[in-house]
Amino acid sequence: MPETDHPRMGRPTKGPAFFPTLTLLFLLGPVLAGLLGTLLPSFGLLRPSGAAAFSLEPWTALAEWPGLARSLWLSLKTGVIATLIAFVLAVLLVAGWQGTRWFKVAHGLLSPLLSLPHTAAALGLAFLIAPSGWVARLMSPWATGWNRPPDILVLNDPGGWSLIFGLVLKELPFLLLMLIATLPQLQVRDRTNVATALGYGAVLGWCLTVLPGAYRQTRLPVYAVLAYAISNVDMALILGPTAPPVLSIQILNAMNDPDLGLRAPAAAAALLQLVLVLVALIIWKAGEVAGATCVQALLWRGARGNSLAFRALKPIGLSTVTATAVLLFSGLLAHFLWSVTGRWRFPDVLPQSFKTRTWDRAGEDLLFTGFTTVSLAFLVAVVALALVIGCLETEHRRGRAMGTGGVLILYIPLILPQISFLPGLQILLLLAGVNHGIWPVAVAHLVFVLPYVFLTLAGPFRAWDRRLATVASALGHSQQSILWRVKLPMMLAPILIAIAIGMAVSVGQYLPTLLASGGRVETLTTEAIALASGGNRREIGVWAITLTFAAWIPFLFAYALPALMFRNRKGMTNG
Amino acid sequence: MRLTAILAAGVFATAALAETPSPAPNPDNWDAVLQDANGETVYWNAWGGSPQTNDFIAWVGQRVKDEHGVTLKHVKLSDTADAVSRVIAEKSAGKTNGGAVDMIWINGANFAAMKDADLLFGPFAEALPNWKFVDADGKTVTTDFTVPTEGYESPWAMAQVVFIYDSETLPNPPKSAAALLDWAQANPGRFTFPQPPDFLGGTFLKQMLIELADDPSVLQSPAGANYADVTAPLWQWLDALTPSLWRQGRAFPQTGPRQLQLIDDGEIDLAISFSPGEASAAIANDLLPDTARTFVLDGGTLGNASFVAIPFNASAKAGAMVVADFLLSPEAQLRAQTPDILGYGTVLNMDALAASDRDAFAALDLGPATLSPAELGQALPEPHASWMTKIEQDWSTRYGAGN
Repeated sequence: MPETDHPRMGRPTKGPAFFPTLTLLFLLGPVLAGLLGTLLPSFGLLRPSGAAAFSLEPWTALAEWPGLARSLWLSLKTGVIATLIAFVLAVLLVAGWQGTRWFKVAHGLLSPLLSLPHTAAALGLAFLIAPSGWVARLMSPWATGWNRPPDILVLNDPGGWSLIFGLVLKELPFLLLMLIATLPQLQVRDRTNVATALGYGAVLGWCLTVLPGAYRQTRLPVYAVLAYAISNVDMALILGPTAPPVLSIQILNAMNDPDLGLRAPAAAAALLQLVLVLVALIIWKAGEVAGATCVQALLWRGARGNSLAFRALKPIGLSTVTATAVLLFSGLLAHFLWSVTGRWRFPDVLPQSFKTRTWDRAGEDLLFTGFTTVSLAFLVAVVALALVIGCLETEHRRGRAMGTGGVLILYIPLILPQISFLPGLQILLLLAGVNHGIWPVAVAHLVFVLPYVFLTLAGPFRAWDRRLATVASALGHSQQSILWRVKLPMMLAPILIAIAIGMAVSVGQYLPTLLASGGRVETLTTEAIALASGGNRREIGVWAITLTFAAWIPFLFAYALPALMFRNRKGMTNG
Repeated sequence: MRLTAILAAGVFATAALAETPSPAPNPDNWDAVLQDANGETVYWNAWGGSPQTNDFIAWVGQRVKDEHGVTLKHVKLSDTADAVSRVIAEKSAGKTNGGAVDMIWINGANFAAMKDADLLFGPFAEALPNWKFVDADGKTVTTDFTVPTEGYESPWAMAQVVFIYDSETLPNPPKSAAALLDWAQANPGRFTFPQPPDFLGGTFLKQMLIELADDPSVLQSPAGANYADVTAPLWQWLDALTPSLWRQGRAFPQTGPRQLQLIDDGEIDLAISFSPGEASAAIANDLLPDTARTFVLDGGTLGNASFVAIPFNASAKAGAMVVADFLLSPEAQLRAQTPDILGYGTVLNMDALAASDRDAFAALDLGPATLSPAELGQALPEPHASWMTKIEQDWSTRYGAGN
């Protein structure tokens, strides 16, 4: 994993291990507890009834789950394909259009969509593409002749393609942003100028000269997307196949079953999902090697990438990314329309009647709950940020990158299904005497926010040009002063994006909030998910809009602030 | 790793400080319960998917605050299992007191599981002052999926299976399993049901099993060696039906409410519901066309009650009992049955009520799509829980595994 990322060192110094220890403490306890809480039940221990005897019975029960093999295959397939497509599209856009006005437009359109919660994105897409959905309504009956929606299997197709579609839409903005965040340190213009001078086409030239460096820094986010795509519940529940569903949904169903005996095989299945993600990572790594070989072969062959096929890639990049933005925005617009809808039936293009009842009912609760949600998210993101910067700075000063073990600990909360991970975490919090209220929620959120903040910042931090430190040091600055006066200001953009992403992750937490608080902390998401279970599109519309807005504010700061502060520093801006 | 060791030591030291349980309130001494309850905060964990239910619970909160000084907080869940998980985790952590969940809206299988694992406080239900109004003889309020409640949960609403349809697109809905099959085959793609093991999907399978089994009375005993024989007609029927279902049976709605959306979108014509008043409430809230109606099968339909239970380690047991008792009051029951509020059937015995209350119930306009008690008829008893578990698993193997 990313040990290869560690910067080429000058003179390593012994720094304090305070931050890594503290971070490990915040993560290790919960992760171990969560892991134990999954591991023990899968071998017959820690049963709800209190009985405990080592046995392999949960595993044999798991083996008999209907459609297990197909569920495993579906999870792997949808996860890997969706990540691959999203990554390739992100690369195509940046490679083909970086520096142009279109690129700025596409970037500006996509970045606010990062704050769109997964569930809202999936529901929006579902309403667009369903046979009774908005697209069909636009075309009916005048073009299609449909007075009633046709019985066509689009959503929940057994092959998982609508899920792949949804995952690509949702992950593309994230990967794009991660990719763009690496650019300021890669001297992109110099590199592409050389490539152009040598006669390379825009896309291939970028891929050969910039991508290797950019990929090294975006690798961790890509792995996170892969892990998420394989293990996600939110989108699979709405867009994924149902007979059988992907593995994560099978686990959810078993954990939610009134029969408490099903929780042990569900824990075993959760471990299986962990293995599945590892398998996917191995496949991905193999793909990295294959990709590098291909690129080398291209280099040796001297292909310049000016053929028609290569030139076609450029418009594909821009058009697919634009289509993504249009689809996501249309989904959001549909959410808004539904939130003010009275009656709206197929095949009407617009609602027959409008009502503000849904907003009225949500009323002031929305403001109060929104405030709790955003403050909690900010608190958690800032703590995570402090820990991560501490870790990365220690790493920098000691000249030693985090080991594989550390990275694994970081990733486990992202990979293990929350529903099997959380009971163990909850027992730990209860044993530690943190019963309910805001603090256990903050701790639980931190476990899921830390990894994202880390993987967002690690790339830019590790790629920081150390020669600047040498210069500052020669000018008489201490390490502390270099950090505060040189490094952090230069890192302002990635830091703000890390905060925004951390806040978005915190805002989106449902189960950790509900379970850790004992139901005593209400956030927008706990309210929203509960309401969404009733399937009323009007209610879902209200919270989709509110949640997106709440998560969007930090991104707004993340973009506006650097532009404002560095308006007279051309080298500090992106693109 | 010294820090980890210190942390671990701290954790176990805290755990060792086992809390001494405070004496549980005695429901037989109601005055003492009321006294204890005053000032308590009750966290009621209940499904939060319906704004109407949420509003009703908020109203209950206002009333118990005014009347008894009890503060009621609605913990809105997407699934009852989340509350069960919390109680289980507390038990695993040795937390026998001061739990986070004071009251759970619970039914059937979840109740059986919690009772079985000694996770419930009680018995308390039959000691509640308003129990005297409850129709304990006429309605299935003392058994839940054939499991005797023994006072460990208190009923608050009656539910009975009805089918919702749009009378405009389907003037003559099919009212038996055989008619349903004929109609579905003649109109492919217009019917579906929530995917088992969803509660309502499982209920649909049970309902059809009752229709199709040679002798439905065997369903009252646990499923045994007779399982294959008894259920054979059901599988035969489903084999014939499934290809004519919505999406040819290759995808299913995941929840009950999702079916209503499908009716409103014009995708399907018929949906199963466990609440006779759901259609009327949905019309009042713009979720269904005002031509939506309900019916029961000619052979009758399953019925059961919704209950509330109190976890063994609840912090506010007295307060929770006060809320459970208020839910049984004629005032709360009448409000719950009002169609544009909840439209839930009452658990009360009309003959036990004061004349004025009885008149109020009689005067209630149940709404355009709600059947009268006479039309609903006597609810059929739920089969033993083992049947549901087995047919759900069997269904998933046959139709839910993508073979």
